Amino acid sequence: MSAFEYAPAPESRSIVKLQPSYGLFINGEFVDGAGSFKTISPASEEVLAEIAEASTADVDRAVKAARRAYTDVWGVMPGRERAKYLFRIARLIAERSRELAVLESLNNGKPIKESRDVDVPLAAAHFFYYAGWADKLPYAGFGADPRPLGVAGQVIPWNFPLLMLAWKIAPALAAGNTVVLKPAETTPLTALLFAEICQQAELPPGVVNIVTGAGETGAAVVNHPDVDKVAFTGSTEVGRIIARAVAGTNKKVTLELGGKAANIVFDDAAIDQAVEGIVTGIFFNQGHVCCAGSRLLVQESVADQLLESLKRRMATLRVGDPLDKNTDVGAINSAEQLSRIKALAEIGSAEGAERWSPACELPDRGFWFAPTIFTGVSQAHRIAREEIFGPVLSVLTFRTPGEAVEKANNTPYGLSAGVWSEKGSRILAIADQLRAGVVWANTFNKFDPASPFGGYKESGYGREGGRHGLEAYLAG
Amino acid sequence: MPAKKKESADSVASATRVTAGAVLPRLAVRKTYKLYIGGAFPRSESGRTYVVADSKGQFVANAAQASRKDARDAVLAARAAFGKWSGATAYNKGQVIYRVAEMLEGRRDEFAALEVPASEVDEAVDRLVWYAGWTDKLAQVVGGANPVAGPYFNISSPEPSGVVAVVAPSAPTLLGLVSVIAPAMATGNTVVVITDAPRVAITLAEVLATSDVPGGVVNILTGSAAEMAPWLASHSDVNGLDLTGLADAKLALELEQAAAETLKRVRRPAAVDWSADPGLAPMTAYLETKTVWHPKGI
Amino acid sequence: MTATISPLSEVTRSDAALRTFLHGLPGVDRVGADARAAGLGTRSIKTTAKAWAIDLAIRMVDLTTLEGADTPGKVRALCAKARQPDPGDPSCPPVAAICVYPSMVPTAHEALRGSGIHLASVATAFPSGQAPLKVKLDDTRAAVAAGADEIDMVISRGAFLSGRYLEVFEEIVAIKEACGSAHLKVILETGELVTYDNVRRASWLAMLAGGDFIKTSTGKVAPAATLPVTLIMLEAVRDFLDTTGRKVGVKPAGGIRTTKDAIKYLVMVNEIAGDGWLDPDWFRFGASTLLNDLLMQRTKLATGHYSGPDYFTLD
Repeated sequence: MSAFEYAPAPESRSIVKLQPSYGLFINGEFVDGAGSFKTISPASEEVLAEIAEASTADVDRAVKAARRAYTDVWGVMPGRERAKYLFRIARLIAERSRELAVLESLNNGKPIKESRDVDVPLAAAHFFYYAGWADKLPYAGFGADPRPLGVAGQVIPWNFPLLMLAWKIAPALAAGNTVVLKPAETTPLTALLFAEICQQAELPPGVVNIVTGAGETGAAVVNHPDVDKVAFTGSTEVGRIIARAVAGTNKKVTLELGGKAANIVFDDAAIDQAVEGIVTGIFFNQGHVCCAGSRLLVQESVADQLLESLKRRMATLRVGDPLDKNTDVGAINSAEQLSRIKALAEIGSAEGAERWSPACELPDRGFWFAPTIFTGVSQAHRIAREEIFGPVLSVLTFRTPGEAVEKANNTPYGLSAGVWSEKGSRILAIADQLRAGVVWANTFNKFDPASPFGGYKESGYGREGGRHGLEAYLAG
Repeated sequence: MPAKKKESADSVASATRVTAGAVLPRLAVRKTYKLYIGGAFPRSESGRTYVVADSKGQFVANAAQASRKDARDAVLAARAAFGKWSGATAYNKGQVIYRVAEMLEGRRDEFAALEVPASEVDEAVDRLVWYAGWTDKLAQVVGGANPVAGPYFNISSPEPSGVVAVVAPSAPTLLGLVSVIAPAMATGNTVVVITDAPRVAITLAEVLATSDVPGGVVNILTGSAAEMAPWLASHSDVNGLDLTGLADAKLALELEQAAAETLKRVRRPAAVDWSADPGLAPMTAYLETKTVWHPKGI
Repeated sequence: MTATISPLSEVTRSDAALRTFLHGLPGVDRVGADARAAGLGTRSIKTTAKAWAIDLAIRMVDLTTLEGADTPGKVRALCAKARQPDPGDPSCPPVAAICVYPSMVPTAHEALRGSGIHLASVATAFPSGQAPLKVKLDDTRAAVAAGADEIDMVISRGAFLSGRYLEVFEEIVAIKEACGSAHLKVILETGELVTYDNVRRASWLAMLAGGDFIKTSTGKVAPAATLPVTLIMLEAVRDFLDTTGRKVGVKPAGGIRTTKDAIKYLVMVNEIAGDGWLDPDWFRFGASTLLNDLLMQRTKLATGHYSGPDYFTLD
């Protein structure tokens, strides 16, 4: 125990006015759904609200509203007017940022410092970025008169609820599409607060529709015949199902799926920053990050030293109440995800890898998993191949740059990768050889609205962010 | 005296049926159109061939009928060639594709003999030249620096998806083949093409084989798309599937569904005017955007 | 391995060996280091933790006056303040040390007698260090002879920047010897070293040469102490302890004016070097105006309302 014990520093919940129940957001209004389900705080298992569950008929209503809004208003509105709506939304997100951050941490379990400093500011920045594109589409490189596609059906995951919403809605609206978005079953609340923001921004009804529910609701969105575009972020398993479902249709699809990123540390790396990058890479957002650096590939000559530094650093991670401003690692999002993480970690041990976690007390209630590393992992281990989507790092070693690249690429995924070296030419050569959509060199888990994001191979297709992100929502 | 004229294989073959007593013209050597895999021209491992007829239904040649195992071998060859071809400089790729154009220009007569209109050969040559010029420009058009809000250098550049399986359009034969092969080549992908036009395709393969195109960059399978394409669509080591030229909607649906298993990049069947400006889509369909971040600090 | 021989004794054998060693230290990525420091800066230290941190910070202050206008009267007043920072609250701890120019050492020595407060003197032609070695040694010896038990020396940044590492090393060794039993704080003047790689190398150089503390700045050059520079130095002392078994202290100086800043530094000490450094023997703040802000915040915590500058002594 340190001499310097940080007293609890909880962010106040009072800024958030939770309603007992939330409806579906269709055609600019909150309406009842066919059924309902409860949404909880994963840190305490406290029920936060009752959420409407959208049936196929509800989804149909939403798509019809989106179609009307597309045909009558949004699709024909001059770009400069659309832009102003988006700028308005960006500003409203910034103005309500504290409320959104608290709500996100409550419903998702992520530390308030992340929702406050990363998720919410990036979400606002995304709207701000794409707002500017709305009246400049002919200059985006997709033809002289690029047209919107129509109605976009969007399904997003629970790891960055508001940010993924922004990644989906901002470019879609900028390009002139209308949307029906389904937030993840476990994290609907910030999307519903976003719906309020749409009302506040006086966005025309039907331009944004939010339908809450589980997998069946998502399937209804994806399979609706009047949806022109499907955008999905989530697991590779579901990505396959969606790709199959839209086969033979005219729906344009983008998929942002799983990953098993290699974070490669060479012996000449800036060790202290590399350790930070490893920690950010796998423990940011409890490792619930598709581009998480879940495989550490460290050069054998510095492996011992690096691991010692890493363990020392991990011992300073503060796991606990997501609303405490000093929390570094929050709650696992759901019981289901926790059991998956536990199962894979047990497999790691059973396969002979050595498991280590710093001493840390976990709360009694809620879903928790201590930051964990496995050493002595080989490529053949399941924990080196399967996406764990939790705070679990598999450590492998390599001897030569060639071996590092070979191991890094030896996966069906290809979303992201990290490289740590102080040698410029090595960085560039390795970055060239890595088969991944984002390569962070001497940094990790950095995101920006101007920077395209998306995967190779089974990590999906299409890019979100930047000029590239418009392509998914435009017909050339 | 037999006329000393330049004959196509067909006419030479028919000229052998001459009256007894006359001086027999020489017996033509018939050509079997084999497959093009890994830079070589193997027969189908299945040993199967099929008869190719001309537009009047007359026998003109035997062609290898590729099997699923040939498809497998073609993917292996394409994968083996991918590292070097994708890593070749854009300038080098442009030179190679331009060389294909040169060689095709020099073999106009062969394609004329295969009933390819001269205008189509022109278009095919011109299309190759067009793509040759794209290799070192595309990265500047579709990539570039991204102004992120922080002290980072951030750049996006296009990279090839990998191995692309293509069902070539039935017509136009030469222009269709060139239009599906060249963009994939230009972007650094390697290609496995299924075609039902063996004479044109394999004659084009001969052009490719003599044009500095490394073996395995383009692989041509002659035979039935319905038989082979499902194997390519479900092959885990294939990254892209180009069905723009496929007329069979039911087959296309099955192929797209099979491709979903490994999240292949799929171009769906489309009514394509092969003579029109292709735009960027045939290239960008099989490009991945890689974005590299690096801190900027002293 | 013999315990008495430092594992690093070979590296200072020659200029070449020293250069090889210093340039073989892991590099520092500036953006990453800045981000880490900024991240630690977002820690929220409240209530009991804050009270504890404020008292510790007061105990870590090297209350400093280094002005051409300094007089014995000014120094005596400062010493009184050092003994009893908050005359209205006897529970307020004294500061760690008084830091003055050599000419003021006799006055301060007298004023601090019996207090247990250390007396630090800048020496070695502070702040530029641009004087012959002999002058620097005399400066040091004089300060020690007059009663200073801590010497804050400056390194020759010119020699360091032109790569004459052995010269810098030998100078520190000589000053250390001249210090006798007085503790030596080695001022790197990181604002002039500019890069974090240089800060890391200079830190190791100073520690190899026997410095008891490494200190960021003279306070006369901008930028003075910054969080990321102190982060690099805390990593250096942590790694030096791991490598050699010898513990070295860290002193950021200059520009730390608020309680909020001071607490950020303490958080960094805690999470980078570890709580073994959360002690006035191993961490100091070179500061003057910081003390009154610490006192104001201390009063606020104790009374529950905000205080004002008129309620704290200006010395």
